[in-house]
Amino acid sequence: MFGKRPILRSLDGVLKGRAIGLLGPNGAGKTTLIHTLLGFHPPTSGTARIFGRDISTNAKQVRAGIGYMPESDSFIAKMSCVHFVRLMAELSGIPARHALERAHEALFYVGLGEARYRPIDSYSLGMKQLAKLAQAIVHGPKLIILDEPTNGLDPPTRSRMISLIRQIRDGGRARILLSSHLLRDVEECCDEILVLKDGCIAANCDLEEERKANRKFIELETRGGNRPAFAEAVGGLGCEYALSGERRMKLIMQDSVEIGDLYRLALEHGIQIRRLNFKRDSLEDIFLKAMENGNGRANDGGL
Amino acid sequence: MAVYEHLYGAYEGESQTAWSRFLVIPRYALRETFKSKLFTTVFILCFIYPLIAAILVYLRHNANALALLQIDVVELLPVDASFFRFFVWLQTSFAFILTVIVGPPLISRDLANNALPLYLSRPLSRTEYVLGKMAVLGFMLSLVTWVPGLLIFFFQASLAGVGWLWTNLWMIWAIFLGSMVWIILLSLLVLAISSLVKWRVVASGALLGLFFVTGAFGEIVNQIVLTRLGHLISLSAAMNSIVLGLFGLFERQTGRVTGRITNPIYDGQMVDIVLLEPPLWVSWLMVAAVCGVCVWLLSRKMRASEVIKSRHPRRSR
Repeated sequence: MFGKRPILRSLDGVLKGRAIGLLGPNGAGKTTLIHTLLGFHPPTSGTARIFGRDISTNAKQVRAGIGYMPESDSFIAKMSCVHFVRLMAELSGIPARHALERAHEALFYVGLGEARYRPIDSYSLGMKQLAKLAQAIVHGPKLIILDEPTNGLDPPTRSRMISLIRQIRDGGRARILLSSHLLRDVEECCDEILVLKDGCIAANCDLEEERKANRKFIELETRGGNRPAFAEAVGGLGCEYALSGERRMKLIMQDSVEIGDLYRLALEHGIQIRRLNFKRDSLEDIFLKAMENGNGRANDGGL
Repeated sequence: MAVYEHLYGAYEGESQTAWSRFLVIPRYALRETFKSKLFTTVFILCFIYPLIAAILVYLRHNANALALLQIDVVELLPVDASFFRFFVWLQTSFAFILTVIVGPPLISRDLANNALPLYLSRPLSRTEYVLGKMAVLGFMLSLVTWVPGLLIFFFQASLAGVGWLWTNLWMIWAIFLGSMVWIILLSLLVLAISSLVKWRVVASGALLGLFFVTGAFGEIVNQIVLTRLGHLISLSAAMNSIVLGLFGLFERQTGRVTGRITNPIYDGQMVDIVLLEPPLWVSWLMVAAVCGVCVWLLSRKMRASEVIKSRHPRRSR
């Protein structure tokens, strides 16, 4: 709630993915949701649990297990990067004698090893983003919250950032909550997505499951023959279909139907199949569908 | 997560106790502060008077040294409540200068660099953050106020004997509390100003103004209206009264005006005015109110993210 204006409403769900993408248009409430999880804004009603701990009653314990990389420039002035990361490690509870070691390790890990003694003020934007990532992981949190980690990065630095996130995800020692408006970033890093719109959940789905399910969607490009008869024959196999334009046809395959059956029917109806695509619902499709569906949920997706 | 392995790994070692984590803030801040030559110079200057006071106390109890220097014992300052009150007054004045140098960037720098989300996303509450920042000043100002004050007190006690110690034991409380009230007031004021103003010079100016401008304005009111009620708007006067009160030296009547006054208000009338200081409890109340306002301001400003209130709330669809 900002003033009297509610920002997040009726949020109800369980997020289980190793890397969860938080998507939504500007002003959808992504950052507010993250801030609420971190305890910056107390919820007016309801609560959330992170690793079984209530964010309202166990805020400190919850935060001890979280590493947060904020969206905007955030650092402590007049400090070298290694001291900054060390300070953050100590604030997370790591004793001073271990914190320096962890700071060096984290900075080498993100690729700032050579520049670690430079003041952060002198860093480029990309280096600042990596320094923010280093401070988020220095204490080895179980959950890493990344708010727009690739904002303003050039392609090589972006790809470095994405590869680091994927490495952390694949390591399996930490879960990731990645908020971004860049669908490509989310698609490359995440296995689950939560789409917000106007402070409500517009979609929540497991990307892997979605990808598997989408293997049944097929798009055909045909030439000649009797298209309507061919379509009816395909329908006779139990497949749903839709004709688009003069040559294209979309269909949903049944488990019992094989691709060979389609070629057989095409031969029978004098149809040439010029192209056959397994049409994958891209993240963009999922996102757009969720946006079209208003405040409702695009799919049940485990919610 | 070893440097050579370049792998992400969780930390599985021991942890600091939760209550002591906020002390990390003053440790880092003090390290930064002592890098400033100006601060270090002023900090060293702060110990000159305690050294002089210690020498005076020593001379007073050393007959041989006095004879050697041909000094009459009576001429030396008596080591009593006035001696320690003056000590607290002088040292808290130095503490004020230190606060003007160190205090302004403490919070404003974090606000300017958006560092609060970093602090508050750790297991650290807003209160602990402010306490950490206050500890920077608390530690430094203690070193120049009540710590040397008590050292000199015990030095005097060791030379004067147990009788003097028992008679003046109450002064330990006066030295400590008088200094602490100053330290708390200065810390809260400078942190509140630091949270409101991003520019160091403006913040320093605001702190100076709060003491000197209100003090000067209060004196102007006193002179024009022939009263002592001007001290009600002077923080320095209120603090002075409190310290005097703690040392048992507070006097309610601090002046009397009798005769024909060429003052625009009295316009040549014959007057007999007793000038009474505001009661001591008013000074305490005033300082408490200022501290309360500072705490309120800090609680408003110390947020990890800015809350922008819209005048025209968005309609829910």
